[in-house]
Parts: sequence; structure tokens; C-alpha cells
Amino acid sequence: MTAPLLEARGLTKWYGDRLGCRDVAFDIHEGEVLAIVGESGSGKSTLLSLLSGQLAPTSGSVAYRMRDGAIRDLVSLSEAERRFLFRTDWGFVHQDAAKGLRMGVSAGGNVGERLMAVGARHYGDIRAKAEDWLERVEIEVGRIDEKPTAYSGGMRQRLQIARNLVTAPRLVFMDEPTGGLDVSVQARLLDLLRRLVADMGLAVIVVTHDLAVARLLSDRIMVMRRGRVIEAGLTDRVLDDPREAYTQLLVSSILQP
Amino acid sequence: MTAPIKPAEGYAFAYLDEQTKRMIRRAILKAVAIPGHQVPFAARDMPMPYGWGTGGIQVTAAILGPADVLKVIDQGADDTTNAVSIRAFFQKTAGVAVTTRTSEATVVQTRHRIPEKPLVAGQTLVYQVPIPEPLRFLEPRETETRVMHALADYGLMHVKLYEDIATHGHIAKTYAYPVKVEGRYVMDPSPIPKFDNPKMHMSPALQLFGAGREKRIYALPPFTRVASLDFEDHPFERTRFEAPCALCGATDAYLDEVVIDDRGGRMFVCSDTDHCETRRQEGHRGALLGDIPEEARS
Ligand SMILES: [Zn+2]
Repeated sequence: MTAPLLEARGLTKWYGDRLGCRDVAFDIHEGEVLAIVGESGSGKSTLLSLLSGQLAPTSGSVAYRMRDGAIRDLVSLSEAERRFLFRTDWGFVHQDAAKGLRMGVSAGGNVGERLMAVGARHYGDIRAKAEDWLERVEIEVGRIDEKPTAYSGGMRQRLQIARNLVTAPRLVFMDEPTGGLDVSVQARLLDLLRRLVADMGLAVIVVTHDLAVARLLSDRIMVMRRGRVIEAGLTDRVLDDPREAYTQLLVSSILQP
Repeated sequence: MTAPIKPAEGYAFAYLDEQTKRMIRRAILKAVAIPGHQVPFAARDMPMPYGWGTGGIQVTAAILGPADVLKVIDQGADDTTNAVSIRAFFQKTAGVAVTTRTSEATVVQTRHRIPEKPLVAGQTLVYQVPIPEPLRFLEPRETETRVMHALADYGLMHVKLYEDIATHGHIAKTYAYPVKVEGRYVMDPSPIPKFDNPKMHMSPALQLFGAGREKRIYALPPFTRVASLDFEDHPFERTRFEAPCALCGATDAYLDEVVIDDRGGRMFVCSDTDHCETRRQEGHRGALLGDIPEEARS
């Protein structure tokens, strides 16, 4: 079996004497979707920042298998390498689309930016790829020259996804990707995500407080509480048969109307 | 050409004190060593408003020697208030010879044009720069633009050009058109018309850029490769004019629109007044030469 795409070991982050997260370890392979669930303050956002190299751990390591097969510790990457990774082999979908998009740039420009950043210099090709991606995320191609400010919340989120996937990344981080959206919009977005993840064989690390999102998207779940992983396993197993009392509480609370 | 005169008493040569000039020269040397890279310098207040190009004036003051011959142009013209005042300033404080002839000048200070007559080895062109940062309107954070330059992370420049084509069908930028220097730094050539961009490429002259308010100096040493940013399928195009200069008949010069009477009459004439006059003296005649009053010609 090939080495994992990403391998976290003993990941610990202290902010002074306040704990961010402690002793987190897991592997993720291509095509796998891992959900990190927990309430706010559980450490899941800290963990996402550590995993995506945006925050340096107090101790522990994150190893990533680059496209050329070399395994690199994220903390050893230069700023240039980190940026390159972020616009080629990685994606990051923010809860707030305004953080993940350039609101003053057209939808086409938003999707094309990554291509241009890695050297694409043919306008027609860039535009054709942007059109193709708008279609794939179910945005009318006729709206390619509009700015995201003219888009609905659901469309913005789909545009953010297109912008991230245009370089065919292998790993996508998602931070509450459906947060703040109406239920029907959420369902459509999740459906789209599921399809794209399957089609592209993406590995996804999705942070959510919403177990329904985890249920629909993920293969495996890690439940976090007070900075530690308290339960982890296959999604169906954890949600149908939670072992920890805290997980049982979380599960039962979503089952309530 | 006006011969050198004795500089006014009580001023340091070219106004700035020797220590300040040495500091500016160090910044210039650094800028020459890293073509297209913006070098910070401790800009001084000059006895004129920022809009007059105090950055360029300080660069000129730092490089001027008693034997230099100075030409100052503003949008191509030697006779605007701005050009006349700066020329007079250096005549008074440095006593240098001044000229309107590009061919006679050793130092040309310019606001927003490059002379039509190709510059030669030994000449220095000093640009007055209002905004030195080409990424400014795309990324307002200076900490971030600095990192972008350091990493040659310039995809955003093309996003801007992409947006232009998406909106207008072509790259609409006609002034301050960004360039890449020696395949490395993206640089704002100051608000010269894009017509002038090709003149920067492989010029035998030294080109220095000074931004006073923003305290930056950058440079193109002689024979530097300068490429205007574009797309393969939307290549950079120099502005072309429909008709030749109405006064000298030039077909390869940058033209300004000039109103010639109060009945809405207009003509297109060279923005480079020295170029136009020289051509007329050489016997070139445009369609309207002789038809319009002398006052309207310059
Ligand atoms: Zn002319």
C-alpha cells in the first residue's frame, strides 16, 4: 500500500497555557473524506490550521506526500513552497465565501486565478476552463463575468469550490462549508460536493459542527472535545453506535427535531 | 542649449546636501543592481509640491554633475509650468547647462513620456513616479505585496488583465502598463503611455525611477529586457494613430489631441515638442502646418 497522503503525528498546540489541541494522530489517503466534528472551542479549527500548515504546532508533525512522491514535513516548507502547494495540490473552502473569493473580481477571474498563478497565459484556455468549472458546479456560464457580490450565498460557495478545484488538487480542506446556508441550499451543496469528491478522487478534511454534514460526506469521523480526539472511526459506526458518552450526546441532540 | 552658469550662493550643489545625495546614490546603486526592484530611501522634502515629482527631482539632484546638460519634460513638452520650474530650479541650484534637445541632454527628467528620439549610451532618463507599486490596486497590504515581489508571485497581475479582456474585449490599460523586468520583477513604468513601453526594452540609456511621496527608487540599467505583460492570444499592442502629426507629418510618434479654435476644431500633434520642432526644421511638413496660428503649435 502507498504511503498516506497526509500523516499527522502527536499534533499539539498550546496558546500560552491554553490548549488548542493535543496529541492528534491520523492518516488520510487519496479519495478519503475525514470529518472532524465537535462543538465550538473543541480544537477542531486549530487542528485544521495545523494540518494546512497555516499554524506551526507546539509539538508533533504533519507529513505530506508531494506530487513528486517526496514526503515533506509541513514545517520544513518554505513560504514559496507552501503557497505553491496551496494553489496547486491543495484547496481550502472557507465557511465565509468572502474569505475564499476575490469579491471584486469576476467569477471567471476567480476561477482562473490559480491557473494564472501557476503560469497559464492563454486567455481563451483560461476562460474555457473557467466556463467548464462553472458548469460543473451548476452556475450558469452566462454569469461568468459577474462578480460574486451579485451571487446568492449558495452560488458563492459553489464558486469557491470551482476556484479551488480548477487545478485538480488532491487534498481539500473545508471549514464548515455549509454553515450559514438555508437547509435546501445546504442539501444541494452537499450533493454537489459528494459527486465532485467521488469523480475526482479527492481527499477531504472537513471541519463541521453539523453531524448531518459529516454523515453525508465523510468516510471517517474524529470527534473532538477540549482539544483531544475522544472517538474516531468509520462514520456510520460512530454515528450509529457511539461509544463515548459525549458522542452519544452529540448524536442524540441532532436527532431531536 | 543654455550654457552653464554660476550656481546661486547659499545652496548646496543641486540643492540637496552631500550626505543626502550619498544616501540617494546608494539607493540608486542598489536599484541598478536589482533591475525593477523597488528600493526604499529616506526621501526629503523639496521646495515644491509632491505632484511635481519630488522623487524624480531628488534622483536628478543626486546624479547631476557640473558638466551635465539637463532636459526636463512634462507629458513630452519642455515648456509647461512644471518642466520650466524644475529646469529653472536646477539651473539656479546647480548652474548646469539646460536644453530642450533630447540629443544634447545627458540627463532627461520626465513626467509621463519617453522622448521619441532613441536615447543613447551615456544618457540617463529620470522618471517622476506617483505610485511605484504595480500591485497596489490589487492588493492594498504592503506586507503582502512585498512577499509577492519576493516570491515573484505575480498571478494577480494577470487576473487584472483577464478582467480587462472579459470586460472590454481587450486589455484596456493605456497608461502605467505593467512590465516584467529581466523575467523577474513586475514594475510600474510610471504613467507613460503604453506606446512608450517598447522604448524601455534594451535601451542603451540608464533609466531611473523616483517616487517621492512613497519613498522608492527603482531602475533599469542599460540593455535590460523589459516585457509588457500580456496573454498569448491577446498580445501587447502599441497604441497606433490613425493620422500622422498635423504639424510635422510624423507617423511613428505619440500624438496629443489639441483644440485649435473655439469652433471645436481639433488636430493631432506630437506630444514630444522637441521631436516635432526638429522634424519641422528638417523640412517635414504636416497637413495643417501653416494653417494655424503660431501660438497653437507648441
Ligand atoms: Zn509632430
